[in-house]
Amino acid sequence: MATATPEAVEARIVEALASFGPDIEQVTREATFEELDIDSLDLVELAQIVEDDYGVELKGDDMKNLKTVGDAIELVVARAS
Amino acid sequence: MAETGSRPPGCALVTGASRGIGAAIARGLAADGWAVGIGYNSGVDAARSVVAEIEAAGGRALALGGDVVDRERIDAHFTLLEEAFGPVLVLVNNAGVRADGLAPQICDGDWDLVLDTNLTAAFRTTRRAVRPMLKARFGRIVNIASVVGLRANPGQSNYAASKAGLIAMTKTVAAEVARRGVTVNAVAPGLIETDMTADLDGDLLAHVPAKRAGTPEEVAACVRFLASDAASYVTGSVLSVDGGMAA
Repeated sequence: MATATPEAVEARIVEALASFGPDIEQVTREATFEELDIDSLDLVELAQIVEDDYGVELKGDDMKNLKTVGDAIELVVARAS
Repeated sequence: MAETGSRPPGCALVTGASRGIGAAIARGLAADGWAVGIGYNSGVDAARSVVAEIEAAGGRALALGGDVVDRERIDAHFTLLEEAFGPVLVLVNNAGVRADGLAPQICDGDWDLVLDTNLTAAFRTTRRAVRPMLKARFGRIVNIASVVGLRANPGQSNYAASKAGLIAMTKTVAAEVARRGVTVNAVAPGLIETDMTADLDGDLLAHVPAKRAGTPEEVAACVRFLASDAASYVTGSVLSVDGGMAA
């Protein structure tokens, strides 16, 4: 299991989101999933990656409130610590 | 060994594969190069002989015992397969039961048994299978429905509801995951010669334009197609294998 430092989580989430389509430069903390064209299926996959790498289980209700990349990073960091 | 195309390494799981349609599907997928998990509930000897047959033909298979409604057991089956052969990239939800009767005679227990086994368990295995398929950008889910999910057959309201539900689930999940290379289809057999249909009365044949029952291998052929690379653009569909019964 990877260590969930805020920097490591941010790098992993940004990398994962970029793999779903957007250019990696677009994937900033402020960017919204809507702007990045990241949809609910992408977020399901992101949840799987986060679970595999950090042991953090994200349910549907957790994901529903996420609007920006920063929201996702903060949630995972908070849950992992 | 058959053409494997561009599919990634992984395996197949067929529930209810110790006999009948499920066994024919398992043998067929093994012949197509898949390592196959042979799910079974009570037929341990039959399941082992399917494994032996596949191994004798140069394939790989694993017998996995347990009721499909037992979610922990089924989750353990997935883990076993993942460790032995890699992710489950082909899932065939075939396990099913019947408890027939006219609606006024179907007790709660018979309703629940049929819905839990044929529909709820299929949803749970699908849910468990989908994530690794999304990750692999490849997956094939084939749900074994029935002609009675499409067309009335008095005495099977529970079975028909479970199979119609399975068809609706097939279409919905297909739409959810289509863009990741994961396809979800249903096969709807009509009257097929198996232990499950041995006790049905003969007048059913009158409803079959082909005037004969089908074989498990004829159903398996459709599943093998839907599991193949050739069927990569087929998703959310229901393939009737019924000698024209639903036509």
